Amino acid sequence: MKQLIASLLLFAAMIISPAHAAIDPAMLQGLAADDSDDKIAAIAKVAALADADALRVLTAMSKDNLMAAGDKLYVADGDKLTDAATGAAVDARPAGLDTLTINNRVRSALDSALAGLRLFSTSRDKRLAAARELQDSADEALLPLLERALKSEQDAAIRDMLQIARAVATLQSADGAIRLQAAKDLSASSNPAVKSMLLARLQKQGDAYAEPDDKVRAEIEDAIKQIDKRLARADALSRIFTGLSLGSILLLAALGLAITYGVMGVINMAHGELLMVGAYAAYAMQGVFRAHWPNYTDWYLVAAIPVAFFAAAAVGVLMERTVIRFLYGRPLETLLATWGLSLVLIQAARVLFGAQNVEVANPGWMSGAIEVLPNVVLPWNRIIIIGFAAFVLSLVWLLMNRTRLGMFVRAVTQNRSMAGCVGVPTARIDTLAFAIGAGIAGLGGLALSQIANVGPDMGQGYIVDSFMVVVLGGVGQLAGAVWAAMGLGVATKFLEGWAGAVIAKILVLVFIIVFIQKRPQGLFAMKGRFVES
Amino acid sequence: MTRITTDARTVALTRKSRLLLMGGLALAWGVVPLLALVLPAGNPLHLSDYALTLTGKILCYATVAVALDLIWGYAGILSLGHGLFFALGGYAFGMYLMRSIGRDGNYQSDLPDFMVFLDWKELPWFWHGTDSFVWSMLLVLLVPAALAWVFGFFAFRSRIKGVYFSIITQALTYAAMLLFFRNETGFGGNNGFTDFKRVLGFPITAPETRVVLFGLSATLLMGAIVLGRVLITSKFGRVLMATRDAESRVMFLGYQPLYYKLTVWTLSAMLCALAGALYVPQVGIINPSEMSPANSIEIAIWVAVGGRGTLIGPVFGAAIVNLAKSWFTMSFPEYWLFFLGLMFILVTLWLPDGVVGLWRKLRAGRAARRAAADTAAATVAPPAPTTPAPAPAAGGGDKSAAPGVSGAIAKGA
Repeated sequence: MKQLIASLLLFAAMIISPAHAAIDPAMLQGLAADDSDDKIAAIAKVAALADADALRVLTAMSKDNLMAAGDKLYVADGDKLTDAATGAAVDARPAGLDTLTINNRVRSALDSALAGLRLFSTSRDKRLAAARELQDSADEALLPLLERALKSEQDAAIRDMLQIARAVATLQSADGAIRLQAAKDLSASSNPAVKSMLLARLQKQGDAYAEPDDKVRAEIEDAIKQIDKRLARADALSRIFTGLSLGSILLLAALGLAITYGVMGVINMAHGELLMVGAYAAYAMQGVFRAHWPNYTDWYLVAAIPVAFFAAAAVGVLMERTVIRFLYGRPLETLLATWGLSLVLIQAARVLFGAQNVEVANPGWMSGAIEVLPNVVLPWNRIIIIGFAAFVLSLVWLLMNRTRLGMFVRAVTQNRSMAGCVGVPTARIDTLAFAIGAGIAGLGGLALSQIANVGPDMGQGYIVDSFMVVVLGGVGQLAGAVWAAMGLGVATKFLEGWAGAVIAKILVLVFIIVFIQKRPQGLFAMKGRFVES
Repeated sequence: MTRITTDARTVALTRKSRLLLMGGLALAWGVVPLLALVLPAGNPLHLSDYALTLTGKILCYATVAVALDLIWGYAGILSLGHGLFFALGGYAFGMYLMRSIGRDGNYQSDLPDFMVFLDWKELPWFWHGTDSFVWSMLLVLLVPAALAWVFGFFAFRSRIKGVYFSIITQALTYAAMLLFFRNETGFGGNNGFTDFKRVLGFPITAPETRVVLFGLSATLLMGAIVLGRVLITSKFGRVLMATRDAESRVMFLGYQPLYYKLTVWTLSAMLCALAGALYVPQVGIINPSEMSPANSIEIAIWVAVGGRGTLIGPVFGAAIVNLAKSWFTMSFPEYWLFFLGLMFILVTLWLPDGVVGLWRKLRAGRAARRAAADTAAATVAPPAPTTPAPAPAAGGGDKSAAPGVSGAIAKGA
């Protein structure tokens, strides 16, 4: 706060000439008035000064540090006492010192006034926040402040907001022309609060409309339409974003499966538990960092990437070598055996880490959000996960299409015995491919640990979804998995908009069931003719 | 010659199974009521309420397992959504039980308690007529049958099979579970139906009612086995098994496999629904968790443990797994999942035909040894083929099948 005052002093000295040395004590007197209306009027008057002294006094007031004794006001700061008007220190404590009482109405007026004063801060973020706050709470008392801020403000985004705030403040002005201008200005807003404010002006009070002028009313209706349009666009945009975010999560969960099932034909019901292994790897790395490198805790997640991959891959190798290897070509048996493996892994996680969910913290660099449009706020962790999904996807693509191992895997997929004949070690390729699929699942689990609960049962919730993505996309097709995941994500979010989350989920499942009937080979079938086995 | 011996065996078997059937019915309707009702509670042979309910529950599960065996063992279709039909039957009968509570619920209203709680003023349309026992029994049979028929028709028409079919049945039961978890669906949300008071006017917790329900469950199970046996020994069953082993060849011979599959699939769903309807009054609760994919996949392991394609095996499988579950969850709750998981793995790896298959193998081995000893002693004609099992063992890596067919099964399974 002190820093703010200091910077403000400097700023105020530049823009307001000449700097006031003190506030008129008579003006301050109003703050101690008994009547709330008088108090509010006095607050507006003090705020209109728009200088450091006004900020000092009003800040003190909002913190219950403004005291009155007789007809003089004092600011208390711990034990120290200063004269509110001059800012000079007072040595002797005057008799009858009492804190000013502030009710809710006064407090909201005070908050708006302080926001108005913050419009002159040197920090752009603070000015932006203040302008945003005033967008739906400005009233006429703040007009002088807003006008002055508009004159000095250089930043376009803040200027737009200030104009809306000014329009809100003048919407109830006595002058019809000013109200007309305000309604025009407000059509540029995209704030739901402004919309309800405009709607209130169209209400009938008794016989008369709240807004008496026909022309202004027409203008207001127009403005509401424009705001609606903008809100709808923002809504669609944020739905697409959350849909893509959900899609990237589905993709991360399903990519490993796209390899093990799509490419190798292994029905791995323990896939969800491989996700769980990845998530617990993140949890374990977090513990290691907290114990050994507490200063770098924020970076545990980066260190956990290889750990999650290799931990899940190791579990995958173990599964393949001990169970799945003996069941190749018998998909239904594989299904049951891997379901058994998943139960064993769940119980193992319960024994090792406890049955409760564990806490995995978001690193600092993943918190926060950016606002691309008013009302469209994109949280950083979602953006990072979309990026991470793209990263993992390109990794898989490179691996499958640009490496010798990938070529072998594709060869074994297409024709196992031919591949064996030309010297591909098919058994080892199976193990490696399974390990890679499991490792990718581990990476997916790592991403999930940042947005979902981490617990022994977490994998169960993803198994149906993952299979849906792979089946919908078409077996053996990475591109299909991408389209299916993103399509399912966006479709789910749009359906949620008008049917609720549960119904949306059910609709998506039913859609997939129907879709499979029509196109059992998925969206992207492999080209060529197949003899049905 | 082989043909004659096989026929002789079949006749012998039916006589034996008829005896078994009679014995089972006598046990269920004669001995069990005696033990549960006539013997005093202190007698060591007395059947406690807990034991009666547990056994009745397992009989219902066993019926479901037999129903799944009909389609998995004989038609090669693994459903991972059979819990849905079981639960639908349970819900349909549960509606009748809820209506029978009358005004004895917590809120003394004509409506079931959960509807009062949701502030509903009248019954939803699908609850009409559920106070009639006959109508609710019709619902028990027809709703799951209709769902199974429609779903099966489209799935089998597009010739979806194998893992694809398993996964979409799993999605189906998952979607239904989500639907039933909603309060607005009108089936009590996640609490489901409970606090039943009476069935057909009899108090539901009375020992006599329980004994009757137990007897009905046992009869249903035996009926399911008999029905299955009749089906699979008929021409219908032959076509079904041929479809399982080589669907394309069956089509080339002029059969349309769709209706064979559809019939057995719908029948299986109805058996599950009946089992569910008997399960609910014995256990006293039905909620959407019965539809969870995990429950349905557990049914598959009962069948696998007992032995696919044996009809009788799944009964043992359901009993073994569920008794183990009761014992583990009481004695070592933390090891139950390890045990269940290992059972899934070990049975699929080493017991592809379940305990019945194991027993048959042991017996065949003994017979072979004895025959070898006889041969060595008397040097007569070589012994008959060792395993002319009446029910062909299920597909998927069956070692006794011809190599070509075995390959086709392995891919089609």
